[in-house]
Amino acid sequence: MDFQLLIAIFPQVLLDGLILGFMYALIALGYTMVYGVLEFINFAHSEIFVVGAFVGVEILLMLKATGGLEVLSPFLILLLLLLAGMAVSGLLAVTVERVAYRPLRGTPRLIPLISAIGVSFFLQDAIRFVESIWRNAFNLVYPTMDQLNHRFTLTETIDISVKSIVVIVVALLMLWGLHLLVNRTKLGKAIRAVAEDQATASLMGINVNRMISLTFLIGGAMGGAAGVLFGVQYSLINPYTGFIPGLKAFTAAVLGGIGNIPGAMLGGLVLGLLEAFAASYMSLLTGGAFGAEYKDIFAFSVLILILIFRPKGLLGEVVRERA
Amino acid sequence: MKTFHIRTALVILAALALVLPVAFTDAQMKGTIKIATQSPLSGGQAALGEGIKLGTQLAIEQKKGPIEKLGFKVELVPYDDQAKPDVGVANAANIIADKDILLVVGHLNSGVAIPSSEKYKEVQLAMVSPANTNPVVTDRNYLNVSRVCGRDDVQGVVGAEFAKNTLKVKSAYVIHDKTTYGQGVAEFFRDDAKKKGIEILGFEGTEEKSNFDPIITPIKAKNPDLIYFGGIYDQAAPFFKQAREKGVKSRFMGPDGMDSSDLTKIAGAAVKGMYYTSVAGPVSVYPKAKKFAQDYKAKFKKDPEPFAAQAYDSAALGLAAIEQVLKAAGGKLPSREQVSVAVRKTKYSGLTTNIEFDEKGDPKKALYFVLQVASEDPAKWGENKEVKRLEIAAPPLKK
Repeated sequence: MDFQLLIAIFPQVLLDGLILGFMYALIALGYTMVYGVLEFINFAHSEIFVVGAFVGVEILLMLKATGGLEVLSPFLILLLLLLAGMAVSGLLAVTVERVAYRPLRGTPRLIPLISAIGVSFFLQDAIRFVESIWRNAFNLVYPTMDQLNHRFTLTETIDISVKSIVVIVVALLMLWGLHLLVNRTKLGKAIRAVAEDQATASLMGINVNRMISLTFLIGGAMGGAAGVLFGVQYSLINPYTGFIPGLKAFTAAVLGGIGNIPGAMLGGLVLGLLEAFAASYMSLLTGGAFGAEYKDIFAFSVLILILIFRPKGLLGEVVRERA
Repeated sequence: MKTFHIRTALVILAALALVLPVAFTDAQMKGTIKIATQSPLSGGQAALGEGIKLGTQLAIEQKKGPIEKLGFKVELVPYDDQAKPDVGVANAANIIADKDILLVVGHLNSGVAIPSSEKYKEVQLAMVSPANTNPVVTDRNYLNVSRVCGRDDVQGVVGAEFAKNTLKVKSAYVIHDKTTYGQGVAEFFRDDAKKKGIEILGFEGTEEKSNFDPIITPIKAKNPDLIYFGGIYDQAAPFFKQAREKGVKSRFMGPDGMDSSDLTKIAGAAVKGMYYTSVAGPVSVYPKAKKFAQDYKAKFKKDPEPFAAQAYDSAALGLAAIEQVLKAAGGKLPSREQVSVAVRKTKYSGLTTNIEFDEKGDPKKALYFVLQVASEDPAKWGENKEVKRLEIAAPPLKK
């Protein structure tokens, strides 16, 4: 075992894990907010996320075709992508709630869950259908923006690209903004009131349906932003790309304590770091006997251990702040 | 009165349109022979899979003449195996249930071909593979399974040989996609590279499709001369792209799974100049395939993907075998087993090579190529340079 190598790559692995973790955290917010309010898992959220990524790639490809990609500042473009992705994904989430979940409110819990799985399949194939007609393509690639790919070399073995910094900064800003919105504004108070008790909240003059729509809008917008960042960071997307990150983000939400906003963030980071360390270190530590292919098994084994000792998740009981 | 005439005429026409085709087929044709293709027609590998279907379609249209003269219509029935073993096997069950199907051309993926051909074997239905390179495909020694292309155990060796003697690399890192095909060829590369004195710095399998950061970090620290990816382009391309973006300077290499213009479409400049081995060169390296390429382009409005010409050969060889059996049986519909026996015995001068099968269904001599990606522009995929060509006999059956 090469001990020096283990030490040398440690900061880079930490960085890889953080970036992945923030990505998971952004997606996990969509699951956790909806659960906090409705106690229902929105399994269509992974497709809401992917729609954001597709909106981003479509705008980029259009800019590329018209020559705007070279003229405009990449940060301006990124801002445009994020706003568009958030708008489309947020509105899509609201629509999905209106069409597929609201008519089922009050039915047994499993019913909207099945509806959510149905919506998930529907959206996957709808994206595939539209893209195959529109571009005759299955895999779409984010065009490269050189300024975003620039790397800052920290040491000989460690460097970080501009787009990775962007992911971290955007994720932090959004999480902070969401925190303020939920905890410091009247709107946030109304959402929390609906989460506590819908009937009482409506007696207090809060429009419950509107608050639920708002919850979906915010969660969907976060998912859309995550989709754009995912595309910029990893570049290749297809209609089924959302499934695995969605599943991981859902896990992150449960790990952090589902329904809990800081929990989703913590859960995302823990899962991202576990995955990165497992994938980078397993074959080094076991002499190749267990390779990167076992990263998910390792990460999920740790999760099971954590959940055995803290069944409500890492922050599930400490803070009773549901949003 | 005028309207009445038109209406009567229309009714008569409609009636004729319904009756006539049936009347014609009944009068002239004794039945239908169907050729099935199985390849991914949707999903990330659809580009190659469609090439197999279209190559077969072209072969049927151009070569069905003699069989139609003997009184049988020839039809193509394409199946989409989605590159998934379970879908391939389910399709295979449908295929063997359709008694008119006498030949299967397929698959693209060895991991799908192997379980599916177990189904075909139940009824001895002939499968001719244009693209499956895993040794197991023919090493099971099934009468009904043959292929017109080379094998991964040889392909891995060709890659290692090229890496050692032409590229002069001293160290290599091997990644694979955990499929029968990808892991198989990666292991053959690794074992032979080791024998030739190349240091193997790592051997990793992954099913990851988007985030390769944690795999790339140790590779970058170890800085191998060469990274070999045993897998298919839709996974390899983002890996190569991210590796270059992260500052990995190693050369890249892979097996014939890299052979699609989508590789450059996804990875762009990152893969320009990389090498891949193949059992199927671009259509331009086969002198006899020139007309095929023109016909293909004229009919389908795109250039043939790799394996399209091999699919053409597979189908044409199968049709020749069916024709012989038909003649021998005096124009009666042959059994599936008879077709399988005939396929194995048929010698056929194809577009890509002269095909003659050995006892287990491998071509007696197969061509292997080393190719270099010429340009980052996917439209110029066809210009990839052939840097080495070898004709190697298939290893004999291990008993």
